[in-house]
Amino acid sequence: MAGVAKRFDTGVEALGGVDLTVARGEFLSLLGPSGCGKSTLLRIVAGLAPPSAGSCRLQIDHAPGRIGFVFQDPTLMPWSTVTKNVLLPFRIAGRVGGAERDRAETAIEAVGLGGFERAYPRELSGGMRMRVSIARALVTDPDLLLLDEPFAALDEITRLALNDDLLRLWAERRPTILFVTHSVFESVYLSTRIAVMTARPGRVSADLPVDLPRPRDRATRSSSDYVAMCDRVSAELGKAMGTR
Amino acid sequence: MNRVWLRVAAPVAVGLVFVGLWALVVWYFAIKPYVLPGPAEVAQSLWNDGRSLLSSLWFTLEVTLLALAAAVLIGGLIAVLFSLSRLVEISFFPYVVILQVTPLIAIAPLLIIWVHVLTSASGGGDHPMIALLVCAWIVAFFPIVANTTVGLNSADRNLLALFRLYGASRWRTLQLLRMPTALPYFLAGVRISGGLALIGAVAAEFVAGTGGAETGLAYRILEAQYRLTTARLFAALILLSLTGVIIYLALDRLSRLILRHWHESAGASEEE
Repeated sequence: MAGVAKRFDTGVEALGGVDLTVARGEFLSLLGPSGCGKSTLLRIVAGLAPPSAGSCRLQIDHAPGRIGFVFQDPTLMPWSTVTKNVLLPFRIAGRVGGAERDRAETAIEAVGLGGFERAYPRELSGGMRMRVSIARALVTDPDLLLLDEPFAALDEITRLALNDDLLRLWAERRPTILFVTHSVFESVYLSTRIAVMTARPGRVSADLPVDLPRPRDRATRSSSDYVAMCDRVSAELGKAMGTR
Repeated sequence: MNRVWLRVAAPVAVGLVFVGLWALVVWYFAIKPYVLPGPAEVAQSLWNDGRSLLSSLWFTLEVTLLALAAAVLIGGLIAVLFSLSRLVEISFFPYVVILQVTPLIAIAPLLIIWVHVLTSASGGGDHPMIALLVCAWIVAFFPIVANTTVGLNSADRNLLALFRLYGASRWRTLQLLRMPTALPYFLAGVRISGGLALIGAVAAEFVAGTGGAETGLAYRILEAQYRLTTARLFAALILLSLTGVIIYLALDRLSRLILRHWHESAGASEEE
C-alpha cells in the first residue's frame, strides 16, 4: 500500500492537506489532540467519506472485507449473539457456510472469547465487547485494519491487556494497521511509526519511526528507551498543539 | 417473589374495597337500579346474560383482532416503504397524519356508506363486518406506522458505516440492521394499536349499529341503554375492559418474549 495525499473540509476545515505514505505491514499510529481530524482521515481511507481535495490511493484489493474497521464504541448489534456479530461481514455478503463459521470461531478464540459464542452483547463487559468488535474486523483477514481510538473508553487494566492482544494479533497476521489515538504511551508501545497531527485543520507535523525491540511486553514499558521515546513524542505533540 | 405477589394482591385489594364502597353507596342512598345497579345485580346480569354477551364479545373481538392484524401487516409495510424512500415518506406522511387526526366517529358514516355500496355492487357479502374492520384499522394502524418509521431510521450511524464498508445492499441493510433496530419501536406501536383497535371497533359499531344477525358488545350497550337495563350495560362494560386488559397483557408479554435477550425494556421483569 502506498501513495496517500488527502485534503478535506466540511465548512470547518478538518484536514488541511495531509501527505502520508504507509507501507504494507506497518503499524502506524495517528496521534493528535481531539478534533484534529484523525477520525475523518480514517473514514476517508476506508472510503466512507470522500476527500474534498486531494486523493487517497490504496494498493490493496478494494473488495469488501479487505478493510476492517474498529470504532471507539464496540458498535455491536445488541440483538445478535457474539458469533452472529462476528459473522456479520459474511452475512452481509450472503454467504455463511462451514468455512465462514470456522473463521468466526478462530477469530473469537484469537481475541480470547472462547466460550462466549452464544452470549449477547449486554451480557458482556466493555472490554469483552471491544474484543468482539476486533474479532469482527479480523474475521475476513483484512489487509488493512483501521482502528479509531478503540480503547479510549476502557479502564486502564483492560486497555493494557487489549494493547498486548492487538500486538500479538498484528504479529501473527501482519495486516497494515492505522491506529488513531490521543495517548502518547499507547502509540509508542504499539507502533512501528507515529504520525503526530496538529489541531484543526489537521496536518502531519512529525513523522517518527519507533525502533523499540519486539516483542514488546511489560518490560518494554519500563525501559529507558521507551521513556525517552515517549518524551520525544510528547514534545512533538506539544509543539503540534502550540502551532494552533 | 414477594414483590410479584404484592403486584397482584395490592390492586385486587383496591378493587375489593371499591366494590364494597359501591355496594354500600347503592344501599345507603337507595339508588335506583337503572341509575346505578349494585355489584350483586351486575354479577347476576353477567351470569344470566353471560352466554349471549360472550357471543357478542366474540364478534367485537373478531373485528378487533382482524383490524390489529391488518394494521400490523399494512402499517409495517407502509413504514418499510417510507424507510426505503425519503421522497415517498415526505409525500405521504402528512396524509397518514390527516387520517389519524380526523376523529373516527366523523368518518365512520361515510365509510359505512361506501363499503355498503361496494359490497352490494360486487354481490353482497358480510358488509357490516367489513365496514367495522376498516374503521378499527384506521385507528389502529397509525402508531405502528409512526413508531416503525422512527425505528427504521434510527439505526446506529457507525453500524451503517460498517455495512457500507462491507458493501451491503439496501435490502441487506434493511434486513440485518434497520428491521432489527426497529423491532422494539414496532412492538411498542403494536401494544398501543391493540388498545386502539378495540376502541375503533366499539366506536364504529356505535355508528354502524347492526345490520345482520351478529351484534357486538357496543350494540349491546346501546340496547341496554334504550331499555334501561343498566346492570347488563355494566356487565358488557366489564367484559370490554377485561378484553382490553387481556389484549394489552398478551401483547406486552409477547414483546418481552421477543426482546428478552437484548432490549432494556424487556429486562426489568427478569430482575425481579
